[in-house]
Amino acid sequence: MTNQQKLSPFLKGMLLLGLLFLYIPIVSLIVYSFNDSKLVTVWGGFSTKWYASLFQNEQIISAVELSVQIALASATAAVTLGTIAGFVLARFKRFPGSSLFAGMMTAPMVMPEVITGLSMLLLFISMQQLIGVPAERGFFTIWVGHTTLCMAYVSVVVRSRLLEIDQSLEDAAMDLGARPLKIFFVITLPLVAQAIASGFLLSVTLSLDDLVMTAFLSGPGSTTLPQVIFSKVRLGLNPEINALASITVLVVGVLVIVANYLMLNSQRKRERALAAAMRESSAG
Amino acid sequence: MNIQRLFKRLKPGRGTVISIPYFWLLLFFLVPFFIVLKISFAEQDLAIPPFTSLMNLEEGGLLHLTLNLGNFDFILSDDFYAKTYLSSLQTALFTTLMCLLLGYPIAYAIARTDPARRNVLLMLVMLPFWTSFLLRVYAWMGLLNENGLINSFLLAIGLINEPLMLFHNDFSLYLVMVYAYLPFMILPLFSHLVKMDGRLLEAASDLGAGPIKAFLTITLPLSKNGIIAGSMMVFIPAVGEFVIPELVGGPDTLMIGKVLWNEFFDNNNWPMAAAVATVMVLLLIVPIAFLHRFETRQLEGKGND
Repeated sequence: MTNQQKLSPFLKGMLLLGLLFLYIPIVSLIVYSFNDSKLVTVWGGFSTKWYASLFQNEQIISAVELSVQIALASATAAVTLGTIAGFVLARFKRFPGSSLFAGMMTAPMVMPEVITGLSMLLLFISMQQLIGVPAERGFFTIWVGHTTLCMAYVSVVVRSRLLEIDQSLEDAAMDLGARPLKIFFVITLPLVAQAIASGFLLSVTLSLDDLVMTAFLSGPGSTTLPQVIFSKVRLGLNPEINALASITVLVVGVLVIVANYLMLNSQRKRERALAAAMRESSAG
Repeated sequence: MNIQRLFKRLKPGRGTVISIPYFWLLLFFLVPFFIVLKISFAEQDLAIPPFTSLMNLEEGGLLHLTLNLGNFDFILSDDFYAKTYLSSLQTALFTTLMCLLLGYPIAYAIARTDPARRNVLLMLVMLPFWTSFLLRVYAWMGLLNENGLINSFLLAIGLINEPLMLFHNDFSLYLVMVYAYLPFMILPLFSHLVKMDGRLLEAASDLGAGPIKAFLTITLPLSKNGIIAGSMMVFIPAVGEFVIPELVGGPDTLMIGKVLWNEFFDNNNWPMAAAVATVMVLLLIVPIAFLHRFETRQLEGKGND
């Protein structure tokens, strides 16, 4: 790759502008979460009282609990189904119905959520009329919705990773007489482990953030965090929500930076190991 | 390629592997669309669930099938719906163009920095994308408000004498739409631009092409696929966006996602909501098919050993 050139002032300026555009709203949220005044737009001195009142807010605490449970359950299912789907798309390529399959894998990512949410709800209503399952809307119906949304994302990440890695390792294992399942678990899976991990994180994020689909699929007893936030901010600005936002930004920021660092580290390790192997084979 | 041969030999196992995600998607993604279509022909009813059944078996074994075309007739005859669909498409188109104009230079600049700094920049651009979408939309409410941060700042430095009307109108709708969808544009563009061979540009400048000509004849055509992917990733979901028009849009903002939401949650008119969704799917079939064809081409173009 020899595409290193000096960035023109125009490009540098655009980059800076873009980053400012992306970060100003987030920084303003954090600053105002420490505002003593109840009026979000008037600065009334430094205070952490909104954080204190946030942690005493029963409604928000229980919504966080439910959202985290749904996110972990959905991400687990999405990673399982999405990895299989990604593997099918990358390795089997053409099979009867493969075009429809690839289409159904792409569509959930772009389909407006009002449509996906409504259609899934109507499915569950029809199923209930026919076979009595699911008996009510709640954890299970939200979980199905989130899993379907997230598995599409996981399959894309896993598929592109599988297309990057060399298939000769799998071929070699097969020539040595390993069974397909063993090849998958011993060779393929470790090679795409990183893609699966980022798919899991992405799924957790998507699930924790989903409002529209959840609104259609949730029942009276299951209110997730985005639903609570939405019902509050619909009425206007709310300092408690600012405090909540700051905490999420902090948690997500730390997670993303750590994940990135780990990924870069393992990449360097791999490159070093490869270089060493190359040297040995040329010396020997 | 012999691993593929092996999978071909292992028909039963292969079928099982494929059928697990396949069945899930058929049941939970494809079948629901046909149910939406079915219920769009029903009528609103004071029952649970709140719509009539299409088929009735009368005594004597006579099966009655009632299709109510009223919902579609209403959508086609009342110009409120036509206007709303049109303005949703316009808003999505405008959002897509703005994301492209803003996102392309950013993606290009990141792709052109040296690898060590590239990762940091990419992480900086993607970090907001990992934080809650809903909270990022909410952040703009505090900025755009009549006595919000932007107005307070402009008043303080004396640039304006009275607050600007930045909130609850088309300006705030477009601004926040572009803000929220920008990462969806940058990522596909970046992944295409980063694969481009820099030597092509060197060759172009050796042959006397200026930077603008080199961009137009080399970079732009080579990133065509990235532009298509990014644009579809923005346009299709933007058509049905609900949260942004609801929180920062104006009272007269017409967005079809909001109309569907109101039909369902406020009017409890499920058949009408289903009809609105059906028409929206019909409108989006062309762009989705376009994206799908492009994805398939990508898939076949890559990983061919």
